[in-house]
Amino acid sequence: MSDRTQDYRLPAGGLIDRTRRIRFRFNHEWMDGHPGDTLASALLANGIHLVGRSMKYHRPRGILAAGAEDPGALIQRRVTGEPARTDPNWRATQTALVDGLEAESVNVWPSVERDLGAVMGALSPVMGAGFYYKIMQGSRFMWQRVYEPLIRKAAGFGTCPDLPDPDRYEQRHVHCDVLVVGGGPAGLAAARAAARSGARVILADEDERFGGSLLARPRTVEGHAGPEWVASVKAMLKANPEVRLLPRTTVFGYYDGNYLMALERVTDHVSLAEAPAGAPRQRLWHIRAKRVVLATGAHERPLVFGDNDRPGIMLAGAAQEYLHRWAVLPGRDVVVFTTNDRAYEAALDLHTAGATIHAIVDARAEPGPALPAAARAAGIRVVTGYVVAGTTGKTHITGASINKLQADGRAQPHCLETIPCDLLLVSGGLSPVVHLFSQSGGKLRYDTDRLAFVPDRAVQAQASVGACAGTFDLAGCLAEGAAAGAEAARLAGFDPGRGAGEAPACDSEPALGSDSPLWQVRYAKGTEFDWGKPFVDLQNDTTAHDIQQAAREGFESVEHVKRYTLTGFGTDQGKTANINGLGVLAEALGRPMGEAGTTTFRPPYTPVTFAAMAGRDRGDHLDPARLTAIHDRHVAMGAEFEDVGQWKRPWYYPRAGESLHEAVARECQAVREGVGILDASTLGKIDIQGPDAAEFLNRVYTNAWKKLAVGRVRYGLMCREDGMVFDDGTTARIAEDRFLMTTTTGGAAAVMDHLEDYLQTEWPDLRVRLTSVTEQWSTVGIAGPKAGILMARLASGQDLSPESFPFMSWRPAIVAGLHARVFRISFTGELQYEVNVPWHQGGALWDAILRVGVDLGVTPYGTETMHVLRAEKGFIIVGQETDGCQTPLDLGMDWIVSKQKPDFIGKRSLSRSDTARPDRRQLVGLMPKDKRRVVPEGSQIVEPGASRGPKPVPMLGFVTSAYWSPALESGFALALVAGGRARLGVTVSVALPSGEVPAVICDPVMFDKEGARRDGLPAA
Amino acid sequence: MARYSIWSLARNALSHHQHWPRQWRSPEPKRHYDVIIVGGGGHGLATAYYLAKEHDITNVAVLEKGWLGGGNTGRNTTIVRSNYLWDESAALYELSLKLWEGLSKDLNYNVMLSQRGVLNLAHSLGDVRAGRRRAEANRLNGIDSVWLEPAGVKKIVSIINTSSTLRYPILGSTWQPRGGVARHDAVAWGYARAADARGVDIIQNCEVTGLCRDTAGRITGVETTRGPIAAGKVGIVAAGHTSVLAAMADIRLPIQSHPLQALVSEPIKRVLDCVVMSGAIHVYVSQSDKGELVIGAGIDGYNSYAQRGSFHVLEHQTAALVELFPIFARLRMMRTWGGIVDTCPDASPILSRTPVPGLYINGGWGTGGFKATPGSGFVFAHTIARDEPHPVNAPFSLDRFVTGALIDEHGAAAVAH
Repeated sequence: MSDRTQDYRLPAGGLIDRTRRIRFRFNHEWMDGHPGDTLASALLANGIHLVGRSMKYHRPRGILAAGAEDPGALIQRRVTGEPARTDPNWRATQTALVDGLEAESVNVWPSVERDLGAVMGALSPVMGAGFYYKIMQGSRFMWQRVYEPLIRKAAGFGTCPDLPDPDRYEQRHVHCDVLVVGGGPAGLAAARAAARSGARVILADEDERFGGSLLARPRTVEGHAGPEWVASVKAMLKANPEVRLLPRTTVFGYYDGNYLMALERVTDHVSLAEAPAGAPRQRLWHIRAKRVVLATGAHERPLVFGDNDRPGIMLAGAAQEYLHRWAVLPGRDVVVFTTNDRAYEAALDLHTAGATIHAIVDARAEPGPALPAAARAAGIRVVTGYVVAGTTGKTHITGASINKLQADGRAQPHCLETIPCDLLLVSGGLSPVVHLFSQSGGKLRYDTDRLAFVPDRAVQAQASVGACAGTFDLAGCLAEGAAAGAEAARLAGFDPGRGAGEAPACDSEPALGSDSPLWQVRYAKGTEFDWGKPFVDLQNDTTAHDIQQAAREGFESVEHVKRYTLTGFGTDQGKTANINGLGVLAEALGRPMGEAGTTTFRPPYTPVTFAAMAGRDRGDHLDPARLTAIHDRHVAMGAEFEDVGQWKRPWYYPRAGESLHEAVARECQAVREGVGILDASTLGKIDIQGPDAAEFLNRVYTNAWKKLAVGRVRYGLMCREDGMVFDDGTTARIAEDRFLMTTTTGGAAAVMDHLEDYLQTEWPDLRVRLTSVTEQWSTVGIAGPKAGILMARLASGQDLSPESFPFMSWRPAIVAGLHARVFRISFTGELQYEVNVPWHQGGALWDAILRVGVDLGVTPYGTETMHVLRAEKGFIIVGQETDGCQTPLDLGMDWIVSKQKPDFIGKRSLSRSDTARPDRRQLVGLMPKDKRRVVPEGSQIVEPGASRGPKPVPMLGFVTSAYWSPALESGFALALVAGGRARLGVTVSVALPSGEVPAVICDPVMFDKEGARRDGLPAA
Repeated sequence: MARYSIWSLARNALSHHQHWPRQWRSPEPKRHYDVIIVGGGGHGLATAYYLAKEHDITNVAVLEKGWLGGGNTGRNTTIVRSNYLWDESAALYELSLKLWEGLSKDLNYNVMLSQRGVLNLAHSLGDVRAGRRRAEANRLNGIDSVWLEPAGVKKIVSIINTSSTLRYPILGSTWQPRGGVARHDAVAWGYARAADARGVDIIQNCEVTGLCRDTAGRITGVETTRGPIAAGKVGIVAAGHTSVLAAMADIRLPIQSHPLQALVSEPIKRVLDCVVMSGAIHVYVSQSDKGELVIGAGIDGYNSYAQRGSFHVLEHQTAALVELFPIFARLRMMRTWGGIVDTCPDASPILSRTPVPGLYINGGWGTGGFKATPGSGFVFAHTIARDEPHPVNAPFSLDRFVTGALIDEHGAAAVAH
């Protein structure tokens, strides 16, 4: 148990609930905080600054900021008793304190205080920018086997959970008239003004509390203290039914069409016990807004000087926020280093709260009028024209060395004094948070007065207000916010009413002097390296020296420097580093700041949980599983399923103890000798209607369609423009102006797209309409010599015998009491009927067939048996015998390519020189000399003995399908072989890793070549 | 060129790295070059390097409209492999892989080739057929590719979900041990430095705005934002804008340009040691040496030249990722970006002379150009220098779209169900 007792918590004040204590663990110590605390504020209250270690040198890292911009205070978040609920790389500043929270420093061993990784610091002289590109290049072996594994072991911060995530995530889509991003003074004013008009308003803020800077600095708005004003505006908005308040919601991405993405942390801020039942952990919002008001605030910049990275060095504004919001004094002996007046206010506030401000070191010769005077009046030592040149301390700052600036703007070689301190506040000015604006496509402009990149021109329906637009004073923020909120509502079609855009009044703030740019402390010549490392990116350990080196080496583009030095590549994406980095680079290149622009602000603003992006598309919902109306029957019969596109198709129906091979052999035999049934509902079905329907089919299929009689069915082959086979299937003429097309199961959607594409873009003159009816019809195929008997029983009183119902025709019928369309087509070579009934009656049809066919031994068969049976007949499966590189001729299907038709899709390509080559790979059968062999599908075919020769081995083709045929009592295969049709009877080799299997090329039709079985066997 | 080594690093450390020379010059464009390469990405810089190294043509300029390596070279997911189906592709990508294997040494620049192996997962019986077929074709072409059953996949990546309850269960995978990843920026920089050392002028912020031809139609140079520059030969190597540049010479290419997005997670401790690709459920992932998971997937559906894509594409690939790797669910996306890929109808590149004498095109690499960088530069340099293709790139000519001799890698990647 720890004896830490929140020594740094002030006795009163702050927006925390002091009535309750929250116990949490940090590394080995348990300690207390309060509801309302972040982990960072609770650690600071307990006197802890050292949270983590940096990436490269394992330098101690403390808490620099109070929000999303903090670069170094990363932890592994754990929850007591919940090993699966652990999260790497959480920022202490954004981690709500909850019961059972156990936070651990990351990337340290054995402990954050004594981290052995810190020996890397000794190597730091050689580990300058891009050092790894310059070494280890000589030996591939040494790099890959020795050095890289060491680097990989050292890399990374937190650890991935080792259990699947038990939490649930969800997504919501929402439209609104006005989206306000950021709930600080500008955002609240905007939301209030917009909401008055009756517009649908969403106000989102990444923080748990609305208020922004009003929680961090003592201000009075409309007569109320900041937090009270915030509460009253929030209450007013909450009472408005058209307003949606989204606290703890980070708008992280701004896409085209005012489409923004936001992540709401729904239960991360409470313990599991407190989480509402059924609530998701996080919710991803897809927001489509008519107007967007960005009020995202600004980040304070740290200053770049020697050893500016020690724990205990903190942004001035952050310290002020810890003080006011959490009643935490981050230190008692304070030095302030600033380039602007705002830090004086922080110093005064800390002074009032009981800290000793030993000095305010101001790089400017002339600070502003008001606050510096107030500081002096409070007895605080103000040193102007000085900088902090370096610091002392190990895991916490112990002193700040101050040097006078020379006339050339460089620090004198020797320091005036080293002031002992436990807290060094730094402030280099403010950087507007322009991330979302920039993502929206807006261009930035460098404002030399405000020393900041500010939004220049919006390109979407959007306005930036307040600090994110470079307006840093409260009155300005409130005025801009209210005006923009009212204007946004008006532009969205609402009347905000008179006065809605008027600025909320606030008490005046102290007048500020102007900021002075200081991108880095520059040292007298020859002393640049005497003061420790001047860090720019505290997470990735990029120093000003690295950036200067990059510039010397010719990396002049800001993107090059970013990549070469890794500036801004960390989990904070450089929120505190990038602008200083640009300043250092500009000085190194002798260019004006801002000229080279910024690096790209890429989404997301802060990291987004993968599971939230996946939402509910998990498990079976990853992709919809399409099930036929007969699916539950297949399940009940113990079918194994195959994924075909999104469909679940019965693959085979094993009986107890049967293997795939045995089940398929049995099913094949049933079809060849008795009768089998197949659920063929998954085949794509397209209803084609219109006066030009026949003409349309004539153009999309390779064969002729115009003369097909009503009631007749024809097989068709479709090519792409390149002449390669695209899909196939049978199409029936239902009426003069109506056809029913079937497609392959997996190809249905692509065929529909293909047909619509041609109809809408190439032949808009054709009067044809297409409707997908795949899921309107259940289809059961009945195949086998006894199919006729079965059909007669099912359709009693109707003559569906092969004699009166010819092959390749269809007719309406009553089957098993159901209105049906019966098709006489065959994919097995046997007498076959395909019975279509309305989708929901599929199960009834299936049951009836099984019932009336019991004595016939009617046997359900799956796709595997279907594949065997059709392969015996040499029928292709598009996608198996084809891979997009086969013409109809390659498949031996020239009989289906019309020579008379003036055109069809792909016709021109068939006469191209390569397409017409005689030695193209052609579809053939393949009989292994050893009949017991079934060669693996996909095997390559070579000349005998060739695979033992040198690589590359010339390949003649490959095996597209291979099965055991019970009918042939042999293994057999279909294959595509170069010039194959001219090589019938020739022996080739199927090259396997284990050796070659000799096989003879043969005709692809291996069973019932004459087609005698198509109309059923003669009555025995 | 001052050579990099552990000794030069140590020496420079003593002087606080104050004396490193520029890695490449920043010259003013000359008035005339023997060859101008339009596009300072990996392929363009490699072309310039091999022109100088293999063909002794050093009066070469690489013109880049932005910063070198800023296009797809700096935006891809850095996967390197050669396990392509067709002989023509296999030869090209295997030539590349062999060059990759000596590249760090050749360039004296550590491009961090990391041959940690590539898995291409199969999720359906059709995938299995295609995977076996590819592995077998690779084997006979001398490429180290094998077929693995699910247990073999699990042995290589223990954290992958091989359960049969996966919506599309893993039914097997191809495995190429020599595949892996490389540091993309370093490839551009390494080639730039080495090409510069051989005399090539690398000129950034110089956009080509027109192609100049004489009355006979032969190329004579380029118009740029920094003025006209004459050249005997011009090579277009501008992925994402290939058709835009070709149109300047009135050449219409069968190319469609689409955004392709990628993303990285926050850096975490080592958890994944090979590259895992799933064409069927659309995601691929590896872990960088910095600890980030580098994740990509398919192209956005609509044509675009904007280097940004749609969020739902990222959602789909992330959903696929967390199904394949359930322990990744709580990890977080740190950064996303997009590039523009030029896709050809047969998913194979164009490395070709053109109907315009003196003009050459290298483009249409689709989503997979990075892995080909060295080989592409090597054969394209040959094509320009000799005005005839190297045997390896002869099949990748423009006329294949006329003759029909396509090299269709779609079928290999995703067979229709």
